[in-house]
Amino acid sequence: MDIELKHIHKRFGAVHANNDISLKVSAGHIVAVLGENGAGKSTLMKILSGYQPADSGEIWLDGKSAASYRTPQGAISAGIGMLQQDPLDIPAFTVLENFVYGQNTGFLFSPRKWRERLKSISARLGFELDSDQPIAHLSIGQRQQLEIVRLLSMGVRTLILDEPTTGISAEQKLVLFKALRELAMHDHMSILLVSHKLEDVIALCDSVVVLRGGRLVGKLQMPATTDELVRLMFGQELAPHAHECLINPKIAINLDNVTLKGKRVTVENFSMKIRSCEVIGLAGLEESGQDLILRACVGLIKATRGQITVNGTDMTGKSYRDFLAGNVAFGAAGRLEEGLIAGLTLTEHIALTTENKTLVDWARATLVTDHKIKQYNVRGRPDSPIETLSGGNQQRLLMALMPDNPVLMALEQPTRGLDVDSARWIWQQLLERRAHGTAILFSSPDLDELVTYSDRIFVAYAGRIVEIPDATQTNIDELGRLIGGNFEKESAL
Amino acid sequence: MNPPSNRTALTVGFALLPIIVSLVITAVLVLAVGSNPIDVLVAVAEGAFRNSNSFAGVVNFWIPLALCSIGLIVTFTAGLWNIGVEGQMIVGAVFASWAALFVDLPAPLLIPLEIVLAMIGGGLWAALVGFLKTRLGVHEIFGGVALNALANVWSIYLISGPWAPPTGGTAQATAPFKDSALLPPLSSEFPVSLLALILVAAALVIVTFALRGTRWGLQLKATGKNSKSALLLGVPTLQSAMTAFIVCGMLAGIGGAYRVLFTYASLRPLASGGIGFLALLVVLLVGLRPMFAVMIAFTFAVILGGSTRLKVALQLDQSLAGVLQGFIVLLVLLSNGLRQRFTPSAVEPPTPITATVEVQRIQPPV
Repeated sequence: MDIELKHIHKRFGAVHANNDISLKVSAGHIVAVLGENGAGKSTLMKILSGYQPADSGEIWLDGKSAASYRTPQGAISAGIGMLQQDPLDIPAFTVLENFVYGQNTGFLFSPRKWRERLKSISARLGFELDSDQPIAHLSIGQRQQLEIVRLLSMGVRTLILDEPTTGISAEQKLVLFKALRELAMHDHMSILLVSHKLEDVIALCDSVVVLRGGRLVGKLQMPATTDELVRLMFGQELAPHAHECLINPKIAINLDNVTLKGKRVTVENFSMKIRSCEVIGLAGLEESGQDLILRACVGLIKATRGQITVNGTDMTGKSYRDFLAGNVAFGAAGRLEEGLIAGLTLTEHIALTTENKTLVDWARATLVTDHKIKQYNVRGRPDSPIETLSGGNQQRLLMALMPDNPVLMALEQPTRGLDVDSARWIWQQLLERRAHGTAILFSSPDLDELVTYSDRIFVAYAGRIVEIPDATQTNIDELGRLIGGNFEKESAL
Repeated sequence: MNPPSNRTALTVGFALLPIIVSLVITAVLVLAVGSNPIDVLVAVAEGAFRNSNSFAGVVNFWIPLALCSIGLIVTFTAGLWNIGVEGQMIVGAVFASWAALFVDLPAPLLIPLEIVLAMIGGGLWAALVGFLKTRLGVHEIFGGVALNALANVWSIYLISGPWAPPTGGTAQATAPFKDSALLPPLSSEFPVSLLALILVAAALVIVTFALRGTRWGLQLKATGKNSKSALLLGVPTLQSAMTAFIVCGMLAGIGGAYRVLFTYASLRPLASGGIGFLALLVVLLVGLRPMFAVMIAFTFAVILGGSTRLKVALQLDQSLAGVLQGFIVLLVLLSNGLRQRFTPSAVEPPTPITATVEVQRIQPPV
């Protein structure tokens, strides 16, 4: 199926998530959609698959304007199906039941007929699905296969896959890729692959489109090398090297041989020492294990093995509140989900973190808030509800809520969604605290940020961690390669 | 964005709309069965206010309703659906009944003991819901429903078994409590307990102040709006939830005790009489404002108390009051849904624990 997107725009408040994107995918092609987090890939795929409408722009299918579908169901009848990163199935149902839901089975449902259909489609693609197994017994890879079979059975001629290789085995990946090639080659289906894993892109795709900051910034015919892809994804700018290393022998936090289990990945036998005044960057694609490490450093994830010491005190198995009491600060990536409380005013936030007596002294809290608003240059009033602030100002307030001189600040994407100025300001604040002895551990999808501010970088890929012991000696290309799982050169580091 | 005055008008409009529409629908129903809606209003008003005795009946219904409503404001603030409030009333009633039946003390000592025991009983029963929720992950609605049933069965067992009157139990009630165990009425013309009125006033003042002026109240609010963020900001969210349950349970316990120590003068099956559920409705209607809650509770008491007169005056069944009440519930929920659609807040609230989402959807604006 030929797909043509014409001048797609989509805004979320101040963010221009898709800015005038025009794109052609011809039948029988497998196209990768690349871009860092927040580049607008998901938005674009959601528009194409009917989860959300575009603000403006057109979608043409097989040379005809697809008037407007506004639901996933509409997209499927137009021939476009999306495979979500987390398969949208119903765990309590069997494979067969999941296969038929959403399909027109008629009033009298004939299990035999549908079982046959399930069997024939899966057999053709080399999938092994037992129609009577409950979904709960299936691996993610199998659930993904089921979803593909279901979409095909519904007559889909374009398949969108969002990070399909996360959480599936190497073997399943081979089967999946073989099936996708078969569908493209023999059925002339168009396939769009959203992935962070460059090796997968290189192995599977015919061409690549790259989004950055909501715009389509590049197209590339395969074959291409990882380096070329990375350059397209992250741009060419090199980090300005105004790097200052502060030496302090005091160990702020020590992870000793810890094992951390996440939903998708497991980090095994990982050790890391962070000294006072150090800035440590955590690089990696989503769910590669860096988030586990960061959260383990503040007690939000408990290590199943190993020991965690903060400032010389054994904190293994302690709760987040104990870590807080041990003067460790944490900032989550989702500000309004984890960190700030929609519906509470700025003063209420400040009071939550500063008022320690039974009775809240609102007058004092308001004064403190006023002071912090000035100090942190927040655009908002003490009585503004937090959700009325812009992202940058929310981040500034979050900063204001953190203790002044923590032992360790663990921050998930501290500049997520911020413009250059706000981001620079946040880093100014962080480096100031570091100058007073705070160790900083942060994760970021922005390679530039990692290289610019880190003393050392740990790169995570599918639970494996590699250390770059001197961040000044690396560059974006190399970092990008490592993030993509290309660890061969690790010995050279 | 609408200018503020416009917003306020919209808010008030959405609060009044369901009540007006329910009145209209009920009036149509009344017309359909061949009566005059005005007569119905007059009969209800007569039922409630015709003399000091009938008014006392309204107040006696209102007292436990107000106590439960105030308690529920605490749990709703923490984002919790304390459906178990009925059971907490019953257990409060059972604890108070134990003292009333078996403790021999002069009234000035016995009555405080009964009240304290009722608070302990209600608080414990609520703590159980909280424990199930915070430690074992049982949603408070399910825990509450189960514990309601258990409390009810337990009280029936006591009435028909160990606490059955010596004259031969009918499983209808325990033996009447001795006089020293009962709350004294203000007067025979206006039989209402002064002590209970004082307790309602105290609960109102204390809860209003605690929610506005204390660290505990602020932490409850933070937990209710987004427990994940609250935890990250250092709020002991489990403790917040637990204490919210306990405070609500204690107030419900007093409410239950009032039913047995004053209204019935004995322990009866289902001593709570559905008042806890009605209190949930009151709080859903008014949001998290204690003062409004006691006022709406009073309106409900008038409607329900007054409607007993319908049968005598108009040969209409008193369940008409229930019909009106039912329509109000449905329409309040409906108008909240509409309000969400037409005046979404600046930012879509995040997705905290499910309970919180539910509360946020249903509450009228504070």
